[in-house]
Amino acid sequence: MSAPGYHLDRDGGPLVLTLSGTWEIVHLRDVPDRLMNDLGGGDENVVLKIADLSEIDTAGAFAVARALGNRQVDVVGELRPEFKGLASLINSRRQPFEDLPPKPRSKFAVFDRIGRDVVDFGQEAYRGQVFAGRMVMTLVGLVRHPRRVRLTPLVLMMEQAGLAATPIVFFMTFFIGAVLALVGSNMLQTLGVKIYAVELVGIGVLREFGAVVAAILFSGRSASAFAAQLGSMRMNQEIDAMQVMGVDVFEALVAPRVIAALIMLPLLILVADLGGLAGGMLVSSALLNISPDLFLQRLVDSVGIQQFWVGLAKAPLFALVIGATGCRQGLSVGSDVESLGARVTAAVVQSIFLIIMFDALFAVLFWRLDL
Amino acid sequence: MSGAGTRDCPEAPPIRVTGLRSAFGANVIHENLDLEIRPGEIVGLIGGSGSGKSVLLRTILGLQTPAAGKVEVFGHNIHVSAERQEAERRVGVLFQGSALFSALTVIENVEAPMIEHTQLPPAFMRELAAFKIKLSGLPDDAANKRPAELSGGMVKRAGLARAIALDPELLFLDEPTAGLDPIAAEEFDQLVCALRDALGLTVLMVTHDLDSLYAVCDRVAVLADRKVLACAPLPELERSEHPWLKSYLRGPRGRAAHNAAAQRSGH
Repeated sequence: MSAPGYHLDRDGGPLVLTLSGTWEIVHLRDVPDRLMNDLGGGDENVVLKIADLSEIDTAGAFAVARALGNRQVDVVGELRPEFKGLASLINSRRQPFEDLPPKPRSKFAVFDRIGRDVVDFGQEAYRGQVFAGRMVMTLVGLVRHPRRVRLTPLVLMMEQAGLAATPIVFFMTFFIGAVLALVGSNMLQTLGVKIYAVELVGIGVLREFGAVVAAILFSGRSASAFAAQLGSMRMNQEIDAMQVMGVDVFEALVAPRVIAALIMLPLLILVADLGGLAGGMLVSSALLNISPDLFLQRLVDSVGIQQFWVGLAKAPLFALVIGATGCRQGLSVGSDVESLGARVTAAVVQSIFLIIMFDALFAVLFWRLDL
Repeated sequence: MSGAGTRDCPEAPPIRVTGLRSAFGANVIHENLDLEIRPGEIVGLIGGSGSGKSVLLRTILGLQTPAAGKVEVFGHNIHVSAERQEAERRVGVLFQGSALFSALTVIENVEAPMIEHTQLPPAFMRELAAFKIKLSGLPDDAANKRPAELSGGMVKRAGLARAIALDPELLFLDEPTAGLDPIAAEEFDQLVCALRDALGLTVLMVTHDLDSLYAVCDRVAVLADRKVLACAPLPELERSEHPWLKSYLRGPRGRAAHNAAAQRSGH
């Protein structure tokens, strides 16, 4: 097997092009462009010698044909039948490729982009409202006819999204509770009020961190999973099939996920609270000499159950936001892989953003209510 | 081409399957299956649903490891990774769903294997890809579209354009004409024949299109009873007394295709 080669002979009479070696796609490298440059434009007749040509495929033949252009060609040498077939194949299909119109570029491209993004944002917000409306109507319908709730997917989702998340939720908040106590310990000790570490951990975990961390973990694990599940069903036309069968997509796919979130997120927040308090308690007893007994006593006396309820009260809204964002993004997936990735990302980013935003609103609300 | 075990054997057949056994748990799909395909042949692969056509195809492509037996592609054992690379480049596949990369345009799909295996200048690569797209019968404006924007038949053609991007010596077609209208299917058959004649291509096609079988296949391999029952030209198979083959080829559709083929060769 030898590299593809060619030789141009101009002196005396017509131009002679001699081809040699293996003109196959993997060996060609820059030969097509070199041949094209060496031949240049023009329309003189060419004599093509192919006696030394050992192999040629469509890429090689195309390279030769491209360089020869519309010149008159006389072939010298034994024309093997497969070469003949190749030549006719190339010639039959080698009409010039229709030039594609270049994409219009204007100096206002930036404004064009901004305008599109604004419109996209508006449409996204509108579609979000439409989705929320349909979801609420479906949930209300299911409350009125509880037998229509699909139990099997509901229980499956509760297991996948809720139960499977308990270890990670517990350990995450365990470390957060421990860090909270650790960071507070120095300052509180200097002030001589180290016992306030209990309030710091108790209020911090019960009121804020338990709920927010559980919700963020839940959306990272499950909003993405919901979006990916529904998105791949959409790509596979399964959702179209369900619609044609008369199955209500919201009832069959969205409701079980949202209800599973509504049931499991409060339980996960409970787990998160326990983890956070355990972490705080461990650090308090190790570094601040606050015994677990004292810690728990102080927790009941001066933190109180109200903080726990304040934290838990946010759960239903968070669950709705996570379930709805995940499902909505999943249902908006187009038919290509890129949109699947973009939608799964959007599901996680949007739900975390909304959780933090609603948490801030709750903080203001509870502050006004003096809770 | 050097190194032990990867040397080229010019006389090795494109496909040689010996003593193949595939099984999923207790479910045996193939038992002691043999198949050999000669260079330049177009071989059809037929068999009832569940007879293991797809499993056989996947095994020959090296996507599935057999329980026993050997699959050689151009004399290279496809299930030994060192030898596999030798065979890979010489094989093109049109998957059933075309398996185009949905994030790329059609022309980028065709360029993908070229970028992977050649060092061609980008401009030439683009022109060559455009030529392959034309060759597979797609209109020019399809080149810059995403697979999602194409119709079913055009997706098939785009898949074929990608399959022949590297001028493979062996082409696998999985149900190439399924879902095509009769005119497009006929054109597809002619295209496969033209490619074979021009490039000396060897083709293994899984198909249930009887017209296609009669029009292009030199031989047809029949998959039944867990092995290749026969691999012979269709007229020979028509005389078989095997019950499945009998109802396949001598049923109303089989007869219609037979008559159509006879008429075509008569003219």
